Amino acid sequence: MAEFTLPANSVVMPGKHFAAPEGATNTRLFKIYRFDPDTGENPRVDTFDVDMDTCGPMVLDAIIKIKSEMDSSLTFRRSCREGICGSCAMNIDGSNTLACTMSLEDIDGDVTIYPLPHQPILKDLVSDLTNFYAQYASIEPWLKSDSPAPPDRERLQSPADRERLDGAYECILCACCSTSCPSYWWNSDRYLGPAALLASYRWLSDSRDDATGERLDDLEDPFKLYRCHTIMNCAQVCPKGLNPAKAIAETKKMMVQRRL
Amino acid sequence: MAQSPSPRPLSPHLSVYKLPLTALTSISHRATGVINSVALVLIVWTLAGAAGPADSFGFIGALVQSWFGKLMMFGFTLTLYYHLCNGIRHLIWDAGYGFELETAAKSAKISIIAAVVLSVITWMVAL
Repeated sequence: MAEFTLPANSVVMPGKHFAAPEGATNTRLFKIYRFDPDTGENPRVDTFDVDMDTCGPMVLDAIIKIKSEMDSSLTFRRSCREGICGSCAMNIDGSNTLACTMSLEDIDGDVTIYPLPHQPILKDLVSDLTNFYAQYASIEPWLKSDSPAPPDRERLQSPADRERLDGAYECILCACCSTSCPSYWWNSDRYLGPAALLASYRWLSDSRDDATGERLDDLEDPFKLYRCHTIMNCAQVCPKGLNPAKAIAETKKMMVQRRL
Repeated sequence: MAQSPSPRPLSPHLSVYKLPLTALTSISHRATGVINSVALVLIVWTLAGAAGPADSFGFIGALVQSWFGKLMMFGFTLTLYYHLCNGIRHLIWDAGYGFELETAAKSAKISIIAAVVLSVITWMVAL
């Protein structure tokens, strides 16, 4: 059942203010969600005046600068800084995206940063993605073939069959899409969410995979697939420009077509 | 969902998320669906009342003719047409079309504009 308000231990409190270093003239206000598991206190929003004259162009540059120069306890995930690892997914300016590919220029006014929405929080901007990964594993994201692999080369497919995987295989599992989806917020225990369903569709549409029937059987459930109501938040936020909503619709079509 | 041993807070969701137009049309579709269900009960109630004795007929007639009654009826026309237009949008989606972001934003605007235009036309014809 949907719970529209936050539990008592999750209500966000006002936090500390970190002033810019003396002499900084071009500052910008960053409002960042903080949670420290060691204190047992509620989460809070800290504010930072960041000196923009010595800051890089991306949101990730700014939070690395804050961690280096203002508050070394600020905790977040990051790795590749070029939009391919998916580690720095967070809610920036009210929408999910990767901090490393989000330009500070594209944000009006103060920069507001929260962790991915409706997730259990480990610390600051780091959420617990155990459930998200378990859902990905549950769709069995590997090739299932009835025929043995050729001993001397790859399993071949035609260029046209290969093309059907475009837009389905590029997912980096950053969780921007699933955690942007209100349907996933209310039912993440039973609805698989856009990321897992896009991955599922990637295998459903693979000409080399022979388990299409079993895969569809597994999705034949009131929640796993059918909680998608075409809200489209997933496609709006995908940092790779993918469209999970369309993949889910195609999966629903496959469900119908196999009964006709 | 299994809870972890330490009570971890849940990150903010609705209160911090800027819902795009496609999400707003989605929640409006559900809201208008609920409103239509309630409104239909009220419509049946007015029809049954109008079919009753003279004082009942007079009361319902005055209610429906009042500015409040007309406002309610216009509101119902609007929610009915919106749910219909957006429902057609969902049918097109179910057929596998219209998922590109620009198309989805365009069809959202078309649903809203069509609902308003159809409501106004209906009332111009009715009055």
